[in-house]
Parts: sequence; C-alpha cells; structure tokens
Amino acid sequence: MKVKEIVLGPHVLGSGLEKALEITPYEVILEIKDSKIKGRGGAGFPTGLKWQFAANEAEPTKFVICNADEGEPGTFKDRILLTDHPYKVLEGMVIAGYAIGAKQGFIYLRGEYNYLRKHIQNHIDSMKEKGFLGEKIMGKDFSFNIEIRMGAGAYVCGEEFALIESMNGYRGEPHNKPPFPTQQGYLRKPTIVNNVETFCKVNFIISKGANWIREYGTELSTGTKLFSVSGDVKNPGLYEFELGITVNQLLKEVGAEDAKAVQVGGASGINVARKDFNKTISYETLPPGGSIIVFGPNRDMLPALKNFMEFFVEESCGQCTPCREGNYRLLEGIEMLEKGECSVRYLKELITLSEVMKDSSKCGLGQSSPNCFLTIIENFRDEILYR
Amino acid sequence: MEHRGQVIRENISKIISKHGIGREYLLPVLNEADALYGYINENVLVEISEQMDIPIGEIHGVMSFYSFLNSEKQGKYVIRLCKTISCDMANKNRIEKVLEKELEIKFGQTTDDGKFSLLHTNCIGMCDQGPAMLVNDKVYAKLTPEKVFEIIENYRGGKL
Repeated sequence: MKVKEIVLGPHVLGSGLEKALEITPYEVILEIKDSKIKGRGGAGFPTGLKWQFAANEAEPTKFVICNADEGEPGTFKDRILLTDHPYKVLEGMVIAGYAIGAKQGFIYLRGEYNYLRKHIQNHIDSMKEKGFLGEKIMGKDFSFNIEIRMGAGAYVCGEEFALIESMNGYRGEPHNKPPFPTQQGYLRKPTIVNNVETFCKVNFIISKGANWIREYGTELSTGTKLFSVSGDVKNPGLYEFELGITVNQLLKEVGAEDAKAVQVGGASGINVARKDFNKTISYETLPPGGSIIVFGPNRDMLPALKNFMEFFVEESCGQCTPCREGNYRLLEGIEMLEKGECSVRYLKELITLSEVMKDSSKCGLGQSSPNCFLTIIENFRDEILYR
Repeated sequence: MEHRGQVIRENISKIISKHGIGREYLLPVLNEADALYGYINENVLVEISEQMDIPIGEIHGVMSFYSFLNSEKQGKYVIRLCKTISCDMANKNRIEKVLEKELEIKFGQTTDDGKFSLLHTNCIGMCDQGPAMLVNDKVYAKLTPEKVFEIIENYRGGKL
C-alpha cells in the first residue's frame, strides 16, 4: 500500500474553486457524488448525497458548517490541517457554499483550539483580499463569507445535531432525527455539516476529477485518509494512507510492528489485537475514524480501557438513559475488574448492557462508547479477569 | 455597588452589540464574558439574561453544559492538563506531580494569590506530542518535569 499525499500534498489556492465556478452547482454535486467519498469525521456519510439533500431544499437561506470540534481521543488531524493547510479548508467550504446555494459558512472551532482562531481569521481575511471570499467571488455572481464560532469544551458537540444546537445557543444535546440538519440546521435552515478533512478533499475532487480520486482506496472507500497516530510508536504524527491499508502495513509505516493492540478510530473505535492485524481499514471493514492509538507489547490494557470509559462518563451529555447510566455502569465494572472482584456472570451482564447501549442510545456517543469495552474485553479477557 | 453594576451593564452591552441579540449569539457572548471576568458570576448572568431576553435558568443550563465556561472565579492562569489516553500513556502522572508540587495546590484548586488554577481536561489534540497542557489559550507539549517548572516560573515572573 502506497503512502499518498493528496490532502497533505500541494494545492494552488483557487484552483478547485475556479473549476467549480465554471460548472453549475448541480454539476459540482454530481462530481462529489461520483467520487463516492464519505465524510472524514467518523460517521462516514456520503458527502455528495448530503450536499444534494441540502441543495434540494426549497428554503433559499442555507448554511455551510465546518466541524472543527475535533475531540476524539487520539485525533489531531484537524489541528494540523487548520494550522498548515487553512486555505484548503476554506476553499472547500466556498465550493460547498456554491454547490448547495449558501452565502454563509461557519467554522465551529473547539474551545481547546482557541489559539488557532487568529491564524484562521488571518487566512479568511487574506482570501477576501484575493477575491476568493466575500462578494462576487472570482468575478462571478456568487457571494460567500466565513465566520469562526467557538465551542466551549464539549466532546459531544462534534456530533452534528449537538453542534447545531450549540450554534443555535442551546445546550449541545443531540436530538432525534428527522429533521436532519440538511432540512433544519442552523437557525432551522438547511445546513450541511462536514469535517475539516472532507472540505480539504473537495478541492482535489473538483480540480482533478472524481475519477482520479477513485483510483485510490477501495471500491466502497475511495481516496486517501488522514490518520493521527499516537501511543507506543516510534514516529507518532499525521499520516496519509490509502483506505484499504491493513493494520500491519500501517504499523510498519509508523514504526510500531511490535504492537500488542491498536485502537482504530479512537476511544469510540475498535480495539484490534495482533491476531487481526491483517484486517484492512476502510468504511466497510474497520471504520477509519482517523485516530490510531498504538499499545506496545508491555502495555496493560485495563488502565487503557478505564481511561476510555472515564472519558465517556464525563462527556456523555446525560440526556438519554442508556448512555448516561450505561457508561457509568461500565466504568464501575472496570473498577471491579481492577480489584479482581468482577464475576464472570456480571461481566456477561455488562456485555449485554453494552449491546443495549449500542441499540438504544440517541446519538453516536452512546452508540459507540461501548465498543472499546466490548473489544478490549474480548481481546484481553485472560489478562483482565480476576487479576 | 451601583457603579459596579453600571460597569457590568456597559461591558455586557458592548459584548452583545458586537455579536448580536439573537439566541444564536448566546455562546459567543458567554465565551467573551467568561474571558473578560475569568468566570460568569450572578451579576453578569442577570445582565446577559435581561439584555438578551433569555431566562436565567436557560442560560445557566447552557453554561453548566460547557466545561470551559466557569461559574466560579478562576486564577489568572488556568492550567488544563490533558488526562486522555495518549498523554496518560506518555506519563502525564509525573506532570501531575510536578504541577501540584510547584503550585502547592491539588487539581481543582486555585492558588491563594489567585494566579493559578489547576484542572484536568480531556483530549486537547496534542496526542503525538504528549504529555500536553493548556495555560489559558497557550498550548505546551512534550512536557517534562523540568519544562513544567520553567513554564510556571515564567508565568510567576510575568515573563509570559
């Protein structure tokens, strides 16, 4: 598997936008759909389809939101994109605005990244000066502006419904769907929420064509993906790989061939043990949330699991019972395991509880938080029980 | 007292007119009020409620939801040490020790001189360079006990 630099590679500011403005908004959406790319945030919703839903809404006021509320443990790709590649993010947002018929975009930036705010604002200002933002962009009858909105330290606001609630001035609590944000989002108007990396990718799809992107990755998971690699690894940092890479290949690239396990997709992702290192990372196999946390050969997995569960107990918004109570019970179970006081029977009950949480939680947080519990227990049962 | 109330009123009014009066500006207004006062006390809360025409209970509900909005006064420098997995695996416990030792406070406390507050926080996206912490809006990574000592000394001496 080749290491590819697409999103991280060179890009001439305006090259994507120029091409987009030469074709109709509908054709832009078709190109994105044709690329088959899926959202780079974690949920993996097809980007083109999302744009089409918003574009099809009759309401004339629409919004584009860039989800920069990166909070998944082990993820830092958006920080690096916003630091080193801000133009790619901004230009992708302008293209999205043109495609769905929006005049206003927002970057919802997590409070923890407040130090990036000025840097991003400077780039917004300079794009305005260059005529890529503001009124009559590149001389065309199309106007678009971007404003930064700050979060204030809430992981769940990375969930798009919660993010929109937060932007509307409420507690960042997810709600039942429908309506979807593409129907009623910011100010109850049609809104698309896309990840920072997705917007970066859009430039290349438009400037180089959907066919070109489809040459990378697998049939169902097209393109490359950024991976934030941390933990027990020689060379931690940001990597870009084709989707479909095996865990083994990835570990070789980052210098962690002796790993005991890898957490693919962060705390809410899947724990993969050595026996499964030949599995591929893609939307149809191991979902590529983007966070890769490596556990070295001597790493004790129970404290790692405890760290994950403590995170979810704190970050659950507390609105729905399976998530609020479930995460708490799983953490309690982990504390019993620590003391060697958790019976096999009770552990089985906790596994059932995990399944209930996955089925009945309102949003992605509670639906995915039991993943680490289920997979770490499954992989390291012998190491963990009655210690 | 009357004068202080007047100052708060004017400050909040300035913040609101900068952003807007609509409900969608509540979080930006709260963020800025928090940055101005270091926390959002009752007087500020009442002022925002009256000027934006949002019930106090509603605002309190929003405030309590976000961990970066403080309802209690914080130190001039708020230290937030990341406690999430990668920083934890990179021995953040040693950084905990040196912070507590140097500041002579425990996590969750503020120094008597009002200079430092010490808190934990969840993942701050510096996982490739842990352990890491924020001091107000500044990020410090690849921390070692000695580095932390120097950082604190610099803040103490007003050099940062």
